[in-house]
Amino acid sequence: MAQMNMIQALNSAMDISMGRDPSVVVLGQDVGFFGGVFRCTDGLQRKYGEQRVLDTPIAEGGIIAAAIGMGVNGLRPVAEVQFADYVYPAYDQIVSELARLRYRSAGEFYAPVTVRMPCGGGIRGGQTHSQSPEVLFAHVCGLKIAMPSNPYDAKGLLIAAIEDDDPVILFEPKRLYNGPFDGDPTKPAVPWNTHAKGEVPIEHYTVPFGRAEIVRAGSQVTVIAYGTMVHVAEAAAAAAGLDAEIIDVRSIVPLDVDTLCSSVCKTGRCVIAHEATRFAGFGAELAATVMEHCFWNLEAPIQRVAGWDTPYPHAFEWEYFPGQARVAMALKAVMEGR
Amino acid sequence: MKPRLHVPAPPARPGQAPDFSYLQLSPAGELPRPEIGASWRDMGQLATGLVRVLDDSHHAVGAWHPHLDAHELQVGLRHMVLTRVFDDRMVRTQRQGKLSFYMKSTGEEAVAVAAGMALQPGDMLFPAYRQQGLQMVRGQPLVDLMCQLLSNSRDMCKGRQLPVMYHSAKARLFSISGNLATQFPQAVGWAMAAAIKGEDHIAATWTGEGSTAEADFHHALLFASVYGAPVILNVVNNQWAISTFQGTAGGEQNTFAARGPAYGLPGLRVDGNDYLAVYAATRWAADRARTGGGATLIELVTYRAAAHSTSDDPSRYRPRNDHELWPLGDPIERLKQHLIKLGAWSESKHEALVAELDAQVASAWKEALTYGTLNEGPRLDRDLMFDDVFKEMPEHLRRERDMLRRELGQ
Ligand SMILES: Cc1ncc(C[n+]2csc(CCOP(=O)(O)OP(=O)(O)O)c2C)c(N)n1
Repeated sequence: MAQMNMIQALNSAMDISMGRDPSVVVLGQDVGFFGGVFRCTDGLQRKYGEQRVLDTPIAEGGIIAAAIGMGVNGLRPVAEVQFADYVYPAYDQIVSELARLRYRSAGEFYAPVTVRMPCGGGIRGGQTHSQSPEVLFAHVCGLKIAMPSNPYDAKGLLIAAIEDDDPVILFEPKRLYNGPFDGDPTKPAVPWNTHAKGEVPIEHYTVPFGRAEIVRAGSQVTVIAYGTMVHVAEAAAAAAGLDAEIIDVRSIVPLDVDTLCSSVCKTGRCVIAHEATRFAGFGAELAATVMEHCFWNLEAPIQRVAGWDTPYPHAFEWEYFPGQARVAMALKAVMEGR
Repeated sequence: MKPRLHVPAPPARPGQAPDFSYLQLSPAGELPRPEIGASWRDMGQLATGLVRVLDDSHHAVGAWHPHLDAHELQVGLRHMVLTRVFDDRMVRTQRQGKLSFYMKSTGEEAVAVAAGMALQPGDMLFPAYRQQGLQMVRGQPLVDLMCQLLSNSRDMCKGRQLPVMYHSAKARLFSISGNLATQFPQAVGWAMAAAIKGEDHIAATWTGEGSTAEADFHHALLFASVYGAPVILNVVNNQWAISTFQGTAGGEQNTFAARGPAYGLPGLRVDGNDYLAVYAATRWAADRARTGGGATLIELVTYRAAAHSTSDDPSRYRPRNDHELWPLGDPIERLKQHLIKLGAWSESKHEALVAELDAQVASAWKEALTYGTLNEGPRLDRDLMFDDVFKEMPEHLRRERDMLRRELGQ
């Protein structure tokens, strides 16, 4: 075990994977010599050489297309998109190609590509360094998608992703890179070594896709969240003095319906929280799933907490961000049965 | 021999001696200046050579000499000095925590200023984030620019954009995007519309050499070529894209200007630190576009002397002092020396100019602060967050606006 922040945990996952399997390659903008603008790939080029850790041209479409070709030819590429906000030039390659290659070739071709991208706000990045576009990919058939909320899961999920024969997109909440964040920007930043999930095995392990985690067991209400919102939800529920069951979705596709719905059937109340915009956000899928499975157990309408349906505004970052106050309002509403 | 992946590398890394021997230079005045209507087929050497006017002893020489009068050169110098003084002060204020972010254009001021000076006020400009010189040429009030940087109560973007992402419909400066290269083909579309409407305004756009890798760059060249759009496509080759050297964008195999002829467009490779050369090349391309000759691709060879942004530390990936050894020198120093050679400038006048502009920037900053900063003083109305998503606010946004008011206890 070692203390790691999320950056170190991700780095360790790639390091271990490259060490175990010579077919693992890393590519992306500034990932090689420099080690990435967030330093997630620091040291990998020095260790594994320029043929396996590539600085690419600034062309997200080219990066993913090349990764697909490499994947088809037996490599396991780990592609970094510098910010999730810059993935759109690669959207066609991901949606039309990466996601469907196995299906359209009846399993004869596939590309085991992992795409990593920092997402989410809270770093004063404005509308082009803050987005959470997970639902744009969740709606596409054939992609596995995860968003870790802590270093332990980040490492385990990334190793699982690299070893997976299906394409995987890993969204990394950049506000959590250096420490957990409960949504209050006025508090001093806390490092990961203050948190149990900052304790990470040095060796190989995986966190499987399709498994949510019950972060805190509780009886009064279920809060379903992922990424940064796991920490915000925990803090908000504690402040409200509620015995809430907090569930970290972790794996968006495939989704652990059993864990989520057993919990809601037990508590009878459900709040869903994500940072992405609300309208047609992944929360809508979660709410529909909960409705289908738990309708007769629900004591109150399901509440959604999300970013507003506007681009992420630089000056109003904290009015936009779904912080504890917004979660608290949803908790209150669901407890009062409104 | 077996195939082996070729991985481009910069000539020097931290701790090594800067080495610019890779740079292909032509002596000032060497390259011919084709007729405005000449075919791109007859100007191949302009895409691989280097259009230069100012020689090493600061004289203007050769066919590209634009013969500007001293007053006009002094105006250009003033805009470049203002740009540099502004950049320097804004980085200092960022370090003091007043700004969340800033990007300097130090060392590449001529690219924007000389081009801006060579164009007409009705021409539409689609800059990337490092052409603040265009804001100066178009006379954007410093206080307005600063209020944008501060996201304060007078911010032209109403708090929605990161610093430096300015816009001005009135000054014909398009809204700057954080997504690279997107403006390049949009400028072509603007120019196509000008042609459809029969106007004689042209468009000009800028992108970094790193960003030429994006498909949008290629869309721009293709559409510009197919439709003969009246547009100037500028590639600012400042050698670095954050930590990535220009070789990784393809600059090792061929020049960026050479991509013009590949699409049937003239490509001019120009000394970007030579005010006169940038002016002359832009003027040539503008005259060509305005008279129905279509688009031109211009590569401006320059050097990003400062960090990529306030979030970057270039000493991690390139030699510390490399910009001091850049063979094409400093654009402000070179124009200054040229004006001195002409007898139209002096060191003391220059010092006075720097002091005057510094004071102007300082007093604008004082005023801008009275309109608030990101964290202190007057703020924009939060409700503004929900405006302009659509022309008219739909019901769901109105509901969210009300939810936010409740959340804030209003
Ligand atoms: C589509 C997209 N991908 C990645 C980025 C992140 N990014 C911002 S600036 C930059 C480097 C751009 O370099 P270059 O085009 O050479 O311009 P310069 O900064 O040198 O002026 C990168 C990779 C982005 N803003 N947009």
